[in-house]
Amino acid sequence: MVCGLVCTVVCTLEVATMRVSLNLSALYKTRWYEYAVRFFFGGTVTVIAGLVAKKYGPILGGLFLAFPAIFPASATLVEKHEREKKRKAGILRTKRGRQAAALEAYGAALGTIGLLGFGLIVWIANPRLDSILVLILATCAWTAASVYLWRLRKSRLWPQL
Amino acid sequence: MGQLIFRFLVGGFIVSFFAALGDVLKPKSFAGLFGAAPSVGLATLALTTISDGKMYAAIEARSMAAAAAAFLVYACICSRMLMRWQWHAAKTTIIGLTVWFAVSFVLWFALLK
Repeated sequence: MVCGLVCTVVCTLEVATMRVSLNLSALYKTRWYEYAVRFFFGGTVTVIAGLVAKKYGPILGGLFLAFPAIFPASATLVEKHEREKKRKAGILRTKRGRQAAALEAYGAALGTIGLLGFGLIVWIANPRLDSILVLILATCAWTAASVYLWRLRKSRLWPQL
Repeated sequence: MGQLIFRFLVGGFIVSFFAALGDVLKPKSFAGLFGAAPSVGLATLALTTISDGKMYAAIEARSMAAAAAAFLVYACICSRMLMRWQWHAAKTTIIGLTVWFAVSFVLWFALLK
């Protein structure tokens, strides 16, 4: 499943020939406790989704499957890292961190449209097809829709959020 | 208990994977796409299908689609607040979660209940 996702990301990036870059050194900027917080938060939300579904049924429990588990921590980290970068450059008061977090939120808003598609595909196809295949298809659809919308946002017809 | 620990580990791993993917990608707006990755959905739906069956997972996925619409409203509001107001990201995204809960509840009440 993860391989399928990575393949889709790579293919979509190649086909679209966008100016997207991979900066692996960013992994070292994130501290161990920041990874730990995200791991703990992600695990906790998954457990809560399961517990709510068990107690109140899948309709209410299913809502937590689209809980913003990554976005709040990512936006906070982006702001913090940008602020630290500016502070090292001797700039103490800057809007840059907040602006970077706002861009992250803008990207997340585009990703949610793909997430909606992910849910609809699993809802319609899961009872009919093999579940692993459905999850791979839905993840590929999320990737393709999100990347396409991200590219489309450059169009003049695209409304500003 | 064992199943809960397994859920915790799988959910934590998938969320961390997508978050790390968002960390290494540039520009920021593109990396932001991974803030709305179906991380909890993937972990939960795979495990739920095994434990409770395909139909149960499908019902959860329908609710997930509704909550994704709530996430869209939440992300748009956060983006606007961060751009226009002087709030920090942590404060904005955490207070904004009330919007996600409110819109999700309204959609659940109006469409799913």
